[in-house]
Amino acid sequence: MPLTDSLRDDILASVPSLRAFAISLSGNGDRADDLVQETLLRALANIDSFQPGSNLPAWLFTILRNLFRSDYRKRRREVEDADGNYAKTLKTQPAQNAHLEFEEFRAALDKLPQDQREALILVGASGFSYEDAAAICGCAVGTIKSRVNRARSKLSALLYVEGADDFGPDDTVRAVIGGSGG
Amino acid sequence: MPGKQGGLNAEIQSRIGHQLRAMYDDVVRQGVPDRFAELIRKLDVPKPDPQLGNTGDPEDGRS
Repeated sequence: MPLTDSLRDDILASVPSLRAFAISLSGNGDRADDLVQETLLRALANIDSFQPGSNLPAWLFTILRNLFRSDYRKRRREVEDADGNYAKTLKTQPAQNAHLEFEEFRAALDKLPQDQREALILVGASGFSYEDAAAICGCAVGTIKSRVNRARSKLSALLYVEGADDFGPDDTVRAVIGGSGG
Repeated sequence: MPGKQGGLNAEIQSRIGHQLRAMYDDVVRQGVPDRFAELIRKLDVPKPDPQLGNTGDPEDGRS
């Protein structure tokens, strides 16, 4: 369909969640905004292929996701400073404790396989249905469901089970031994 | 209240969901950066023909 005023407004209204999706995927604010920009240019250039009445956010997310995928294959983990850059994109710095928890969460999210991470974000944060998420990722609904489940259990293992190791005896033992002088 | 799945698991899942959305919504709340608003606005307006100095009535271009 042609680019009408209302379609333009709808695209504009999708920008905030496109950015959130891009940052969640890439972990890097600058790169995320480049992705969004390229997504918008592609979308506008191919606006004729958008079916009126179909799900505009899902269409835009599909474009962004595919761009990220092809880009990702090229760069692989070339950019490794995800944490620092992500924090910079936040307008409101969380309080210290919350910030630490937030960084842990981000780090855990980064450890997920990409398939699982994107499925979890689409369903758990962007609010897409399993059906829409499946369409965006080009896979079956059942595949999305199992990716989301695996992502959730892996996150809970990383954040709430593995975390127990942090309180292992090492530090205490070391302190005692160190203190005794030798 | 969490019942059938066991309290701990359900609580952990709800914390994960909460953190995920908090992270995401933090970016959503930033709104539309000028850069993108401008980009979309620019593409909306048909580029005025550089030969026509004044872009008054669109009919002008036809003559």
